[in-house]
Amino acid sequence: MQKRLLLDSQLLQITIQRLCQQLIENHDNFSSSVILGLQPRGIFLASRIQKVIAELEGHQVQVGYLDTTFHRDDFRRRDLPKKASETRVPFLIENKEVILVDDVLFTGRSVRAALDAMISFGRPNKVELLVLIDRLYSRQLPISANYVGREVNTLASQHINVSLKEQDGDDSIWLMNTEEA
Amino acid sequence: MNQLNKSHLLGIKELSEEEIQLIFETTDNFKDVLNRPIKKVPSLRDVTIANIFFENSTRTRLSFELAEKRLSADVINFSSSSSSVKKGETLLDTVNNILAMKVDMVVMRHSSPGASHFLAKHIKANIINAGDGTHEHPTQALLDTYSIRERLGSVAGKKVVIVGDILHSRVALSNIFALQKLGAEVMVCGPATLLPKHIEKLGVKVELDLRKALNWCDVANILRIQLERQKMSYFPSLREYALYYGVNMELLNSLDKEITILHPGPINRGIEITSQVADSKYAMILDQVENGVAIRMAVLYLLASSPAA
Repeated sequence: MQKRLLLDSQLLQITIQRLCQQLIENHDNFSSSVILGLQPRGIFLASRIQKVIAELEGHQVQVGYLDTTFHRDDFRRRDLPKKASETRVPFLIENKEVILVDDVLFTGRSVRAALDAMISFGRPNKVELLVLIDRLYSRQLPISANYVGREVNTLASQHINVSLKEQDGDDSIWLMNTEEA
Repeated sequence: MNQLNKSHLLGIKELSEEEIQLIFETTDNFKDVLNRPIKKVPSLRDVTIANIFFENSTRTRLSFELAEKRLSADVINFSSSSSSVKKGETLLDTVNNILAMKVDMVVMRHSSPGASHFLAKHIKANIINAGDGTHEHPTQALLDTYSIRERLGSVAGKKVVIVGDILHSRVALSNIFALQKLGAEVMVCGPATLLPKHIEKLGVKVELDLRKALNWCDVANILRIQLERQKMSYFPSLREYALYYGVNMELLNSLDKEITILHPGPINRGIEITSQVADSKYAMILDQVENGVAIRMAVLYLLASSPAA
């Protein structure tokens, strides 16, 4: 079994702290900023970022969940359809600065779908993308992240396995070869 | 479970409980979409859907058409009153001609029971039954049970009475299947002439007295008296029907508990239900219509992604 640990619990915590510092530099007091976590795992990262920013700066940033299932461009083309999950955006994003949060940036297609889904809630002033893992050289669309936890060189046949405490019991991010994944 | 095991929705009878739950969960998500400022998603943008109605319909056809448009599908409409069916074309020929225009899904209402089964056997497209004669009307039963789930939290363990013209009603049959699969107890109530023989073989209770039935139930689904399907007289007069089987406010107030009232529409006000009841807080009639669009979006979406498609 071939797998490599990219981030463990401690490293993940440090990475989120650093990403939050970068957000604080660019967003001042977050008065017009909102965070949208992408289902399924981006929502946990979004909540953690919200918490860290509150601890560091005392700002309560609004957080929403975005599900992109109905906006994907591979519907009817993939074997197993994805099951939709909850979208909860309890605010309008009109004229807001939106920070999209996801775990892994790979082909860029989820982010494209997310941009599409997001527009249903208004026209934001600016949209930024924050990802924990950026898989380099694998983009199929002209999309890049503004905030990156860690850049990784991967093969298309490899797979990134993200476990988060909220859902899987522990924090760890592994790079796997697909046979085992 | 992420997908339906079939490429057609012909009746509730063929669905499993898990499949109904999947449709409900997907409906929750679409209901959320319908409450957004922009009520549209692009899921079915490369799908063409034909709505073929050989029988009159307002709610169902509008509801399907809206659901299709909210999913970004291309929609064509056909109703038999203004078509070549009048010139003697057969069902199969009509549908095959429509399919030759590269249609992916067909939503059909027909006056013959089993018409959609027939179609599903002979043509290559996803078929959705929007009512076949006195047989089934699956999306209506789904939206009825979904509305019960919404108001009462769940369907399992609830007592539901279906009141009225059970004999001619596809809504009744589909509802009986759906309610039983979801674990509800079902009773039918109406004049003996409008209850099918051997209906108790389906595992439903039979009650002739409306007051007793309402006292037993949590939910009453009041059916429309289908004057157009009655070739002979099943009861002496509409007035007498209203007297014995009409649901009115005095009757509801005299019960020991509050019950929920459903009606699939269109309402014959003053016959099976009085205006006062239809417009009261007990009635979910307009909620049913609202849920109907989301249910149909879920069905269309799930069938479009089913493996057999």
